[in-house]
Amino acid sequence: MIRVTLPHHLCVLAQVEGEVQLEIDGEVTQRTVLDALEARFPMLCGTVREHGTLRRRPRVRFFANLEDVSHESPDAPLPRVVAEGESPFMIVGAISGG
Amino acid sequence: MTAIRILVGTRKGAFILSSDARRRTWSVDGPHFGGWEVYHVKGSPVDPGRIYASQTSSWFGQIIQRSNDGGKTWEQPASGGEAKTTPEGMPKGESNKFVYDTSAETGRPLTTHQWYDGTQHPWEFARVWHLEPSLDDPDTVYAGVEDAALFRTTDGGRSWHELAGLRGHESGPNWTPGAGGMCLHTIVLDPTNKDRIFCAISAAGTFRSDDGGTTWKPINQGLHSLYIPDPTAEVGHCVHRIAIHPNNPNILFMQKHWDVMRSDDGGDSWREVSGNLPSDFGFPIAVHSHEPETIYVVPILSDALHYPPDGKLRVYRSRSGGEEWEPLTRGLPQEHCYVNVLRDAMAVDTADPCGIYFGTTGGQVYASADDGDSWAPIVRDLPAVLSVEVQTIS
Repeated sequence: MIRVTLPHHLCVLAQVEGEVQLEIDGEVTQRTVLDALEARFPMLCGTVREHGTLRRRPRVRFFANLEDVSHESPDAPLPRVVAEGESPFMIVGAISGG
Repeated sequence: MTAIRILVGTRKGAFILSSDARRRTWSVDGPHFGGWEVYHVKGSPVDPGRIYASQTSSWFGQIIQRSNDGGKTWEQPASGGEAKTTPEGMPKGESNKFVYDTSAETGRPLTTHQWYDGTQHPWEFARVWHLEPSLDDPDTVYAGVEDAALFRTTDGGRSWHELAGLRGHESGPNWTPGAGGMCLHTIVLDPTNKDRIFCAISAAGTFRSDDGGTTWKPINQGLHSLYIPDPTAEVGHCVHRIAIHPNNPNILFMQKHWDVMRSDDGGDSWREVSGNLPSDFGFPIAVHSHEPETIYVVPILSDALHYPPDGKLRVYRSRSGGEEWEPLTRGLPQEHCYVNVLRDAMAVDTADPCGIYFGTTGGQVYASADDGDSWAPIVRDLPAVLSVEVQTIS
């Protein structure tokens, strides 16, 4: 079970509170987590990753085990504590703008 | 029994203001989509319960919301009670998928436009500025987007497809972003000719299609813009807003970056009608619902000073289709007022007398129920208002 935290605006869109829990078969990477997230909450398609390219939106950041992994390969394995559900995969809106 | 519903888009959500035909007391509902920028909210002319909203964020992108009950409840098309995945298990959340059409069959290559520094820059989707529901089909809506392009849905917002002939026009490489981005912000549908569509782009100018959006021609002859290298160029003009009267769609009115303009030939040529305005800089322009020659603008000082002259918020009305203007001040602040009224933030109802409404960057929404003679605020402290639309509901 993977735990994912969403920023407030995306919680509202997905109509969830707190953490989301996802089942993932196979390797746990940014891509597999986001694929699972979007499959369960299709209203989030395009809000974290861009349509088509599936690139991370510029003002969205990813944290795993409290480390910023935004610039890591989307296919790189996430830390064990995330893969085993001890620590959440955090999707964060960058602190910028007003 | 007539009711009036005002759809307000703001920097931090959408609000719905409702009244009976007397337009004296109003209820305020919202915020919807709190914390998100709502660039535009507009209802279908043939189904007032069907409303579309453009919800957007620099962080999380574009969302299209749809209501089927006059704004009481909302859904993202293809979400809600509908299937969330395809039979193959793939997500179906495509109501916010605005992808430029580069297909060989219908699209154009992903061309470039002129960037701020004069170099060429590829088109990049940022947001939907304007939603224009079809005049005869509640499931068909046009969307004007940044970077400037026109999209259309025919399935109630579940999917959007670019009308690529506009972006692919040969003048495209000369289009340039305005200060707010390179946006297609105005879409006007001709009620007497289903194939005729007008749109306006900052900063490219005004375009017209006579074949339902397949091909387009710039219609900027007569515009004179001192801030571009060739003041009378075919494209490059910063048109802020255009408007028509439905009974007379061959007459167009325009608020340009500077200058209020008028065309009597469907946009083929334009002439200035700024006349005695204290400033001919502004954003919105609206036409009285029953008097095709009565128009309204809200002058501000300049492109550097986006606030009204002398700190006085004044709507100017011309009953002669331009040239001769009168200030409308009763009920509006006449000292220390430094708000702006953005291009999509003024609208008229179809009641009699005509109601005029506008929202300000200071969060006020003002209403006049007597053709503009007098005004009163409906609300004073909303977030900055981006758009105002009105539904007159029988």
